[in-house]
Formats: sequence, C-alpha cells, structure tokens
Amino acid sequence: MSDHKTIAQIEDEIVEEFSLFDSWDDKYEYIIDLGKKLPPLEDQHKIDENRVRGCQSTVWLVADYKDGRVYFKAESDSVIVKGLISMLIRVLSGQTPDDIISAKLEFIQKIGMTTHLAQTRSNGLLSMVKQMKNYAVAFKAKNSLTT
Amino acid sequence: MMKTAAISGGLDVYAIREQFPVLNREVKGHRLVYFDNAATTQKPQEVIDALVNYYTTYNANIHRGIHTLAEEATAAYEATRDAMKEFINASGREEILFTSGTTDSINTVAFTYGRQNVQEGDEIIISAMEHHSNIVPWQVLCEEKKAKLKVIPINNKGELLFEEFEKLVSSKTKIVSVMYVSNAMGVINPVREIIKKAHEVGAVVLVDAAQAMAHLDIDVQELDCDFLALSAHKMYGPTGIGVLYGKKELLNRMPVFRGGGEMIKEVTFEKTTYNDLPYKYEAGTPNIADTIAFKPAIDFVNRVGKKAMHAHEQVLLDYATEKLRAIKGVHIVGDSTNKISVLSFVVDNIHPQDLGILLDNRGIAVRTGHHCCQPLMDRFRIPGTTRASFAVYNTLEEIDLLVAGVEKAIKTLS
Ligand SMILES: Cc1ncc(COP(=O)(O)O)c(C=O)c1O
Repeated sequence: MSDHKTIAQIEDEIVEEFSLFDSWDDKYEYIIDLGKKLPPLEDQHKIDENRVRGCQSTVWLVADYKDGRVYFKAESDSVIVKGLISMLIRVLSGQTPDDIISAKLEFIQKIGMTTHLAQTRSNGLLSMVKQMKNYAVAFKAKNSLTT
Repeated sequence: MMKTAAISGGLDVYAIREQFPVLNREVKGHRLVYFDNAATTQKPQEVIDALVNYYTTYNANIHRGIHTLAEEATAAYEATRDAMKEFINASGREEILFTSGTTDSINTVAFTYGRQNVQEGDEIIISAMEHHSNIVPWQVLCEEKKAKLKVIPINNKGELLFEEFEKLVSSKTKIVSVMYVSNAMGVINPVREIIKKAHEVGAVVLVDAAQAMAHLDIDVQELDCDFLALSAHKMYGPTGIGVLYGKKELLNRMPVFRGGGEMIKEVTFEKTTYNDLPYKYEAGTPNIADTIAFKPAIDFVNRVGKKAMHAHEQVLLDYATEKLRAIKGVHIVGDSTNKISVLSFVVDNIHPQDLGILLDNRGIAVRTGHHCCQPLMDRFRIPGTTRASFAVYNTLEEIDLLVAGVEKAIKTLS
C-alpha cells in the first residue's frame, strides 16, 4: 500500500491545484467540471434512505466497508455540489474509519469554499460531511463488535 | 445595453441610489447588484441614522419613565404608530399593533381571534401560493380545533382562481387569509373581491401584505379587510418590527395572547385587568429602536411616492421579463401580466442553486429555492426557482448585468 495517500496528502494536492486559479469564475468552472465528471449514482441507490437533506439541493450518499476501509459514492442534483462531493470523495474514500472521523477537512476553507459549509447555504454539503463521518463511526463500531 | 433614464416613472433613480450606502459596496470584485428585495430591501441612510441616533442620544424604556429620555423615546415610538395609521389609512391609531413582523402578526390573529372564534367543523381558507407563515399557523389552529383548512387553487400562470374561491366559501368559513402579492411570483391577488365575498358569509379576512407594502397603495378602510399583516424590513425599514392592523371592534373583542408588562392596567394574583388598545397586545419591552427607525422608512416611501415607485419598477420588470424570456431554456414561473416587480424563473437542466452561486460570483444577489412556498413549488412540480425582485433603486443597467450573468452561467453549467 505504498501508493496509498493520506487524507492530509490529498488535501494538500487539492489546495495546490486551486492555487493556480485567481478568480472565482475559474475556481467554479473547475468545480463544475469535476461535477460533470462525477460518475452518476445507480438509480437503485437514489432512495430516501440514502438522501442527505439540505434545503436547496439534494445529495444521495452510499458507503461500503471493505478490508478496513470505507468507500463512498454520491450524487447531487446540483452540479456545483457534485463538484464539491467529488473532492470529498477523493479525500475520504478508501480511508480508514479512524482517519475519516478525525479528518478536519481544512482544504475546504483553504480553497475558499467555506460558504458551502455554512448553515446559510443549507445545501446538504455540511450534512453530507456529517453523514460520511457517521458512516465511519458506524463501520468502526460494527468492526469492533465482530473482531 | 439600456440605460435608465435619469427620470424613470417620474423619479430620479440615481438620486435615490445615493441614499442607500450599501449599494456602493463590492461583492467578489464587482459592484453589488441587489435583486433580493422581496426577501428584504436595503435601508436608506435616514433609517440607519435613526437607529444610531436613538442609541446615541435618547435610549430609554418607553411608557414607564417620567424622565426626559423616556419621554423622547415614547414620543418617537408612538410617532411611528401615527405614521403607519396614515400610511394605511386606519380609522384610529389603536388599530395599529406593533409585532415582530408578518409571521408574528399572522400568528397573533390565529391564536387570539382564531382560537376564540373557530370551532370544530369550521373552515379556514388560504390560497395555494401562500408563504409558510400563512399556512402553518392555520394548520396548527385547525388541528387544535378540528377545523378544516381549504385551499384556493391557482392556474398555470400562478393566478388565483376566484371562481374556485366562490365555490369554497360557505357559512362554515370563519377566516380567509390570503396574500395580497405573491413573494415567489409577484402575482397580485384580487383581495378586494375576496374580502367582499367572504363578508357575505360573515367570515373575517386577513391580508398578508408583506410583499405589497412597498409597491401598492393600501387603504385598509377602502379594502375593508379585517386584519392586515406587514413587515417593516420589506419596505425599506429595519428587521424585527412589523404591524398587525385590525378593525377596532375585532381587536377589542379578542382575548390577549401574551401576558407581561405594558399590557396591563392592574395586576393582583387573583386577577389582572388589561390595558386598552393597542397596548393590551404589546406585552413586555418592545423593539423600541427598530420601531422608531421604521418611521423614516415610511417617510421615505411617502416622499418618493408608491405610484412613482411602482411605475419605475414596472419598467424594470417589463424589460427584465422580455430579456430573460428571450434566453433559450428559460421559463418564467408565474407568467401573469398582473404582477409587481418579481421575476421568478427556471432554466432547463440547471439547478437554481448553481445559477445563484454563479450570479453571486458576479456580485448579483438573487434568491434561489422554494421561497418558503413549498406547496406552490409542488403545484408547478419544481424544486425551486431563481428569483430576481426589484426595488426603487434598481436600474436597467443592472438588469443587463443579470441577463449577461444568466447567459454566461447557462454556458458554464451546460
Ligand atoms: C408574503 C409573505 N408573507 C410572510 C412573510 C414573512 O415575513 P417575516 O419573515 O418578516 O415575518 C414573507 C417574507 O418572506 C412574505 O413574503
């Protein structure tokens, strides 16, 4: 697993990529591009159980646990939210529950996207981060029961 | 590119803009274009000054002290009541109750007049386009009283179907509560006719005038509404202060809602006798500062004149409607010709939130989402809209910026 990157390493990569942009338009065009490229979630996963509620946009999130690591898939009806999701998945998917639980996700603030985590946007991203951590907590608990 | 004439609809927009300091600020490197006026309008300097002046020179609790500051504060507070009485032509100053806003005003009616007069099997009528503030209090009341909530349907243009209202209204109807103007679409409702019809069966009518106050002339005696609710912050005044107008004979008969200071005449542990109108409904220390600063907002609207405001805003609305309609994929929600200056629209395959974010990157403030009208959005089978709402200080140049922003956003997002 020598090519495995830690959460901090991936966060640094993203921050570096964003340092190339100097206008909001450029940043968002990049995020929108990521959003368009995010593979769609299979329809069978787009059910209420997987819905992360936000006021304006909807996010569906599913998680799998394999060999001690958590894998996420998600989608949203907003392209910009999809772009943000794509970055969160890049950072958190394939990590261990412990690392996910303790991730501070400072890259969001460093790339100037904190507004999307603010309550006012209520766009589901904040709930999505919480939900990702909840999955990690749940998998960790389940794991400690079975081992 | 269109330029707003120095005089538009009979008013000098550029001179008016100078009275609103926030319009000079930049957002993300662009001059602010503020098109979220239906959510709350910006405040002219005189309103801001009144707030500062109150706290700087005569802050005191009202109605209680005999000292100079208390007298000055009481006089300024009561002056707003007089100005509001004139503004809506109430028959007396005691018909003007201060509340925290439209929501508070509607709740007050629901839980005083409503609780007193609605019984099991009675009906309350609202419309399909109501704001949640004019839905939820009635639902709570209906549940409590086992009464029924009836909803007047609308057509595809977002216009209320008066014939359907005529079918709904009956001797069971106790309260009709409708918005004068839709916040989500700008559509103007036939409240005059609704009031007349409701009175024929003995029902009382509450008009939610939150969106009408800054645009339409309102004379409560001529309208003959029983109650009227409004918020100062949607008519160039401060937040946290609103009005409940009620006909005197109704207010006098209504039970009190909140107990506390100011609303009493005499209190013993056995019994309290209540103060007279309007004070019996204003319990506790009120929002003195914002009430005082509401008066200059009323003065501002009076000075500019609602007719002139409406005429100018209509120029903006017509221009924006024509320009946005011409963009491929754009559909106007509430495409009625009887509207105030609210333009709500959806764009094929584009989420309103994405559009709103990209407009914000250009300094353009619009509202996206359901506008607190989820039943209305369900009626149109959409999750939400993008809404641009115009005020007296907006210009045609700003609309060109909006149109360019929408065109660019569509390109980026599709
Ligand atoms: C038509 C309508 N009714 C009620 C309200 C609620 O007003 P407030 O939040 O000031 O109480 C609003 C505000 O958005 C509105 O537009």
